Amino acid sequence: MAAATATKTGARPVRAGRRPPLAWVGTVPFLAYAGIFLLLPTGIVVWNAFKGNSGGWTLSNISALNTGPVRTAFKGSIELCVISSVAGAVLGAILAYAVASGNPEGLIRRLYLAGSGVLAQFGGVTLAFAFLATIGPAGLLFKAGWYSNFPWGIGLIYAYFQIPLMVLVFLPAIDGLKIQWREAAENLGGSTWHYWRYIAGPLLTPAFTGAALLLFANALSAFATIEAWEDQINYVVPQSISGSLISEVGLANAHEGDALALGLIVVVVIVMTGYFFLQRRAARWQS
Amino acid sequence: MAELNPPLADLAADLTGRPAAARRPGGLRASQRRRLNLFRYTAFTIFGLFFLLPLLSMVRFSLEGLTPGSWSVAAWTQLVSYPGPPPLLSSIEITLELAVISSGVMLILVVPTMIWIRLRVQWFSRVMEFICLLPLTIPAIVLVVGLAPIYNQIERYNVSALMLFWAYVVLALPYAYRALAAGLAAVDAKTLSEAARSLGARWPTVMLRVIVPNMWQAILNSLLLTVALVLGEFTVAYLLGYVNLQTNLFEISRSSENAGVLFSASAATLLFAFILLLILSYAGRRLRRGQR
Repeated sequence: MAAATATKTGARPVRAGRRPPLAWVGTVPFLAYAGIFLLLPTGIVVWNAFKGNSGGWTLSNISALNTGPVRTAFKGSIELCVISSVAGAVLGAILAYAVASGNPEGLIRRLYLAGSGVLAQFGGVTLAFAFLATIGPAGLLFKAGWYSNFPWGIGLIYAYFQIPLMVLVFLPAIDGLKIQWREAAENLGGSTWHYWRYIAGPLLTPAFTGAALLLFANALSAFATIEAWEDQINYVVPQSISGSLISEVGLANAHEGDALALGLIVVVVIVMTGYFFLQRRAARWQS
Repeated sequence: MAELNPPLADLAADLTGRPAAARRPGGLRASQRRRLNLFRYTAFTIFGLFFLLPLLSMVRFSLEGLTPGSWSVAAWTQLVSYPGPPPLLSSIEITLELAVISSGVMLILVVPTMIWIRLRVQWFSRVMEFICLLPLTIPAIVLVVGLAPIYNQIERYNVSALMLFWAYVVLALPYAYRALAAGLAAVDAKTLSEAARSLGARWPTVMLRVIVPNMWQAILNSLLLTVALVLGEFTVAYLLGYVNLQTNLFEISRSSENAGVLFSASAATLLFAFILLLILSYAGRRLRRGQR
């Protein structure tokens, strides 16, 4: 009995009222690891983005971002991310609805969920090869003239991992729709259109927008797929970062890569903040 | 008119003596259900084709002989014999070793810390969560810019590509953390540990023999996610100048665009990931059954 009350109040039964002073030491190994390989690199990027070529602080790395090639890369990134995340979100939501409206224990649902788990991670070099074999210059399905077109060719390839990711992220929201709501709408004389327009639609909007933002950030950080698809032209920001990192020696501005990386962090952080905010809103009625 | 239909449908169902068949689950009328099923199977077919065709093309390409349309397993035997440079087999070995080391380090680092925080330093859990989810907002391509100077130091002591595990553990943190957090949340860790402690168990015993056996499923999930991530990792290895499977394939594709070995190696990687997932879901179901 005493132990039960102690658990509830959170105090330890033996030395009540005194926090064990050394308990936090147990987190030190993890903190040290994350500090060296996660926080320190991030700090280095931010630090170097404001560092001049000959030491000293400067904003010239940031202002140097306002040049033709960098503007093109940011524009290309945003174009590709908008196309692939909007298409991925809409198509993924349709697929998620098709999956959710079936038998929850059924084979199709398990197949699509397991498949989505693998395919959402299936970015990278391998994915570019798969599409090369399908619709590339020697493609087996057909030889698409627009295969190497930016952003449509690569946008289609991105959809291949964006749609499964959308299914994974959006399915819980659709599963949260209660049958009773639909029945209530029908009993009050509402049609299918009314149900979607006034009940399911508004309820799903935060979850949908949040998921679309996650897809946007996902496409923004993707590098391997587009590099394997075309490594001669820098279409997107990750490619420019890679370019400036590899050719750092001959570069006039040694810290351009850091400034580009900082720019990418800023965009991703804004997008992901929106995602977490909307996700919390959507979770309010899901439980 | 629409609101008159359900009672009529019920009546007809009553008359034919099949009421259960007329009202299917989901709160839908039979006609709506038919339309929904039509939509579902159309969607499954179209999306299924979209997901399967590239995979099938890749496999077919890997099985093509010297002349178009012929069949050959040459590309698959090349998996072990492709000369490189660097030889494909050695990069496959390195990648598999990296997968083992990274998932091992990840577990040793994260699991005890998460349990410890849950039991003794609850106020710290928000910090832990923030740190673990941080790599989602710091993409690999950004992280690698800051990792380059750190790896310059590491290379003074060890130039092996196995050193990539330091970075891979960080990349795997968000996925592993979410899998483990879900597992830990389902365990009444506080009560279990108090019971074990009052019976005289020491902290390592509490963790390894009381809490961990209750979250095998989550540990397996986090392992799979880490392994899948390492198998497909390209960005960090490429920009730090190491050779793993993906960077090796990339180099091969630069020198000979349509080398069959590209497709056989890619298909093999994917197949391996699928098999891992199958094994884990099977093991997971057996574990759940065992707990009941």
